Amino acid sequence: MTLQLSVSPDFSPDHIAGWYVFNTWLQRRLGERIHLELFENFESQRAAIEADRIDLIYANPYDAAMLVRQKGYVALAAPRNLPDEVVIAAPVDSPVQRVEDLRPGTRLAVTSDPAVNLLGMNTLASADLNDGNTSRQMAGSYVLVAKQLVQGKADVGFFLARAYNGLSPVIRRQLKALVTSDIGDVRHVMLAGPRASHLTGPLRELLPAMDAPGSDGGAVLQALGLEGFMAQEAEATEFMIDLMDTLKV
Amino acid sequence: MTDFQEAWLVPGAAERREHRLRHHDGFERTVWTVDHEVPFPDGKLIVSRTDTSGHITHANPAFIEMSGYERDELIGQPHCILRHPDMPAAAYRDLWETVQRGQTWQGHVKNLRKDGAHYWVLATVIPNIRDGVVVGYTSVRRKPSRTQVDACTALYARMRAEELAT
Repeated sequence: MTLQLSVSPDFSPDHIAGWYVFNTWLQRRLGERIHLELFENFESQRAAIEADRIDLIYANPYDAAMLVRQKGYVALAAPRNLPDEVVIAAPVDSPVQRVEDLRPGTRLAVTSDPAVNLLGMNTLASADLNDGNTSRQMAGSYVLVAKQLVQGKADVGFFLARAYNGLSPVIRRQLKALVTSDIGDVRHVMLAGPRASHLTGPLRELLPAMDAPGSDGGAVLQALGLEGFMAQEAEATEFMIDLMDTLKV
Repeated sequence: MTDFQEAWLVPGAAERREHRLRHHDGFERTVWTVDHEVPFPDGKLIVSRTDTSGHITHANPAFIEMSGYERDELIGQPHCILRHPDMPAAAYRDLWETVQRGQTWQGHVKNLRKDGAHYWVLATVIPNIRDGVVVGYTSVRRKPSRTQVDACTALYARMRAEELAT
């Protein structure tokens, strides 16, 4: 049987090749056939999850909640020193200086990243903004979110912080961050589904040791843009899910 | 619970007031307040966990920073160490009755800092259910809107006045 590996579609385009390198490395180290499937958007990945076609996944915290609580996935490891934070940005020449300056009718430029959108909307709640008094303009990538802001088609945009920080200097100069979250407890997590349960033990040993001295995993991590993986206990994942659940209220 | 000490108060703060709080379990505690609000930090979430009896088992850095206590002073203490005398008892009663039914509670809360100042939060408390059993509670506090804070200030003052009158 060939297992299916997937990655939350919020990965940086710079790391596409890295995920193929990771998959090749993983197959060699596990002696398993694994097919990497990268999805262009969250909707198509969600459909694959619903059809039980994904066995290993590097999931964003929002999807991790659903995968663990509803689909029986178990946590293997999480990226070290890489919490998921959100930037809410506006055009650099906008009169808006802080979130509280925003008013009903604000036009939001967003991707379909559910975790970023959840954290973003929670932040806007301090300005009494919600889904009912804002409008959303969907963009296929964070670069396109930035483009909507620069072109004046949106008032503020939601970004995964590392995607915002990875925008080109030319684009960044045309934007300003109103607020950057500092949560620290929310992060992506590598999960194994029921068909990959026999790999749970080996992966829990393998992933955190990728950057150990003498390991050949260091170059793979570099290709992924990760410092390393750390073990992710089940309770740590449950805690993160509880935290995400409070933000959905 | 740790006794509140006047020496902890914001240095030089005017309008120091002493209050006697009576908690749901009959425990009484003297606290001091000063008329000073500390703004909720942008972008942060205050996160804590308690056991099923409400004693703090986890406090994130934002919680420690905003409460004014050290981590060691918080862990093991009942969460009501943050109770401000302006908060109506009915709000806490509703909170506990809701989460003990296994449901999520959300509301605006005025919290008391160690230095007698206060900070407003929009709090969400969720039961931590493991294998079908409630093993504790997670509380996440975020920045509230000023309009909601103003509305709650007025509402809680009315509720508190009614409680004191009965």
